[in-house]
Amino acid sequence: MRDKTAAGRDASRFMPSRFRLGALATAATYAMGAACARATDLLGQPTPGGYDMQPAGDQLKRSVIFFHNDILMPIITAICVFVLALLIYVCVKFRKENNPTPSNFTHNTTVEIAWTAAPVLILMFIAIFSFRLLYAYHDMPRPDMTVKVTGNQWYWNYAYPDHGAFTFDSLILPEAKANAVGKPYRLGVDNPLVVPVGKVVRVLVTGADVIHDFALPAFGLKTDAIPGKVNETWFKADKPGIYYGQCSELCGVDHAFMPIEIDVVDEPKFNAWVLGHGGKLNAKVLGGGGGAAPAESPASAGTTMPAGTTVGPSTAAPAAMPVSTAVKPPAAQTTRPAKLTGATTSSASPDSGG
Amino acid sequence: MSTATYSAHDDTVPHGAAHAEHDHKPSFFVRWFFSTNHKDIGLLYIMFAIMAGLIGGALSGLIRLELAEPGIQIFTAGSWLSKIGIIEASKQGYNVVVTAHALIMIFFMVMPAMIGGFGNFFVPIMIGAPDMAFPRMNNISFWLLVASFCVLCTSLFVDGGPGRGFGGGWTMYPPLSTIGHTGPAFDLVILSLHLAGASSILGAINFITTIFNMRAPGMTLHRMPLFVWSVLVTVFLLLLSLPVLAAAIAMRLTDRNFGTSFFNPAGGGDPVMYQHLFWFFGHPEVYILILPGFGMISHVVATFSRKPVFGYLAMAYAMVAIGVVGFVVWAHHMFTVGLNVNLQAYFSAATMIIAVPTGIKIFSWIATMWGGSIDFKTPMLFAIGFIFLFTVGGVTGVVLSNAGVDYSFQDTYYVVAHFHYVLSLGAVFAIFAGFYYWYEKMWGVKYNEFLGATHFWLMFVGVNIVFFPMHFLGAQGMPRRYVDYPTAFAFWNRVSTDGYMITVAGIAVFVVMLAESAIRRRKAVANPWGDGATTLEWTLSSPPPYHQFNDLPVIEAEGH
Repeated sequence: MRDKTAAGRDASRFMPSRFRLGALATAATYAMGAACARATDLLGQPTPGGYDMQPAGDQLKRSVIFFHNDILMPIITAICVFVLALLIYVCVKFRKENNPTPSNFTHNTTVEIAWTAAPVLILMFIAIFSFRLLYAYHDMPRPDMTVKVTGNQWYWNYAYPDHGAFTFDSLILPEAKANAVGKPYRLGVDNPLVVPVGKVVRVLVTGADVIHDFALPAFGLKTDAIPGKVNETWFKADKPGIYYGQCSELCGVDHAFMPIEIDVVDEPKFNAWVLGHGGKLNAKVLGGGGGAAPAESPASAGTTMPAGTTVGPSTAAPAAMPVSTAVKPPAAQTTRPAKLTGATTSSASPDSGG
Repeated sequence: MSTATYSAHDDTVPHGAAHAEHDHKPSFFVRWFFSTNHKDIGLLYIMFAIMAGLIGGALSGLIRLELAEPGIQIFTAGSWLSKIGIIEASKQGYNVVVTAHALIMIFFMVMPAMIGGFGNFFVPIMIGAPDMAFPRMNNISFWLLVASFCVLCTSLFVDGGPGRGFGGGWTMYPPLSTIGHTGPAFDLVILSLHLAGASSILGAINFITTIFNMRAPGMTLHRMPLFVWSVLVTVFLLLLSLPVLAAAIAMRLTDRNFGTSFFNPAGGGDPVMYQHLFWFFGHPEVYILILPGFGMISHVVATFSRKPVFGYLAMAYAMVAIGVVGFVVWAHHMFTVGLNVNLQAYFSAATMIIAVPTGIKIFSWIATMWGGSIDFKTPMLFAIGFIFLFTVGGVTGVVLSNAGVDYSFQDTYYVVAHFHYVLSLGAVFAIFAGFYYWYEKMWGVKYNEFLGATHFWLMFVGVNIVFFPMHFLGAQGMPRRYVDYPTAFAFWNRVSTDGYMITVAGIAVFVVMLAESAIRRRKAVANPWGDGATTLEWTLSSPPPYHQFNDLPVIEAEGH
């Protein structure tokens, strides 16, 4: 069911959501002009004048967009239109010129029960989809590889524990350089995070000094990088490309200047890139995915999802991998354990899971 | 909903309009600086809030001007801002302005206006009391707030670490507020918040005592006007939540200065613990900002519909429910910190529940208007604007309550749009509704209806153009608290800044309205709104006598 929906949305991602959101957009004076000015949304970065969510680069974000655009937006738009219509009706019908003598009623049990029960039902309906999405986020499939992300003032440090534990820093490109290489200024970086397409990438996120946030809209990623704590998230990119995100937790004066760039490449390219950085190839990743990248296949991407949709919250929870256990490093990570494991002791508390 | 009848046994005691001139008013300095009169203190609070609101609004102007186009134009060396020199023209200066805008608007504009101003002035009158329970404590509440504001302003001129002032946001998360701001500026912010917190706690104690012990004969809890109910719920939230903030910032004070490690991971502390403490205060705080507005809107809507409030008890207990549930939803501000997934599911569900009592209030206001005889005076315009805009802000709150969707919206402009719809367009519209509603009563002069309506329409159009495009920016992923942004976000930022200009024009009309009424001095009448205005303040002269209700009014259940 979900897979079908997702596939349908994948095919018709652009037009329907445009029309649906158009209803909302008319509320803003400028909206339609902007819509006409724009041909299609860019993948992996914001679109000039855009008013929709960025197109999805993985299955999770596709689920977010489905939930937001197809479930929430129609409901909240209907509620706003309903309230506005009531207000306009009341203001016209019962203005003092039209209704000089006010009535005096103060109770009506039927409508009071109705306007209490109706929101409850609507919210229960929303909650079904909401919990599905939430548990899908926390139901990571078996990861194909792990990257460790460390937020610093004001750059990101990336480590590949599965591939020889090489690390490097990723800094914003200065304007001239960004223009020279054709990357958008304030989004492009010198050394992007490079991952293979169609692989489940586990991301361990921590902070070195203050709290940062590793966020990338196209993959629906947003995870706080907190000193002394390792958070976990994951993504599985649909297709190769360059995807941009930005630090999303106020971290000081250059908060706006530590963007995130993830380059998704096919596996041979990824392997070459790893070797070029002095890393080692890992059998688990190399050839482990079984040939052609499942890039364009929402169905196969969808296999990561249904677990969270069918099992109840209590059974899904263990699968959500509390950080304290998830952090137990894969073999190669023993090169950097001191900081990680030492720092994570505090996150064993029950309030800090996935 | 209830009416008052006087029983004056002793004619030698002055009361009511006819004797107002015989009131013994102290000299200017004693009256305004040592004031123990709840109405004078209320006026002081209102004037303070207007002043703070203009400063906070000017700061938001700096933000909008900076964000008008990509690149850093204002907060950079050599700009006009650097020539003025009050605010540091740097990226740190931008963060300081964002922080100060939030703190000033929350602690020194909305709270003083609603609770200190309207609450002080009208709660005693509405329950038929001569004054607040502790008049001197009332005085120190106000002056602590002034001291607090001065300390906060001082922090702007003091070294913060990365530059002048504290730029860690109003949420003040450590470690950015500890190792990230090593200078004394943040210690001043802590002191300022401690003073403001003490001021509010004293005020809360005062209101609780007044409302529970000083109601006139016959003024039962279930006959209290809804504004009194709203203030009662609000001050309970204050009393229970502010000590938690005080504790959290005191712990940080010792982290910064005395070597403790409450929030320092290197010493075994936990930065996330601070966020729990902060939001345990912070979430009730946002209801503190809006609840008195709910009360005022009920009065305005009932008065100008010439109809009693629909579902009085449901309205009162909806506010109580919002207050109670408001204490158990705090971690919905923290979906991205790595909470256990089941906790996130709980906080999502609990947060959604708040939509139910809020929906009851929205529909009850509309039902109050239904069948009424509506007069579109300025306060009513603001109230109707409030109802619709609060609905818009409310439904985006339902969107954000879903943790899975919040992963995409957290810390983006979508959140900024959401909370400005409920606060800047909700709370502030409620304040303006109350301000115009009680203008004659408080200041003793009439406002100009044309200027009031012009103010409303400019403001209504302006703030919508400021904040509606922020939904689009947030959906596209623009993070908050950014001094500079990728060019893709330029269009809607430009629109938003244009909207700010319209809003400024609206505020200018508001100031003209104040000046016009002060110059013309059209004499106020006791009740300008007719038989829709039923609460006790309309039985007194405008302005009310210096001491009202020397003989307690007797309240009878009538028309309720």
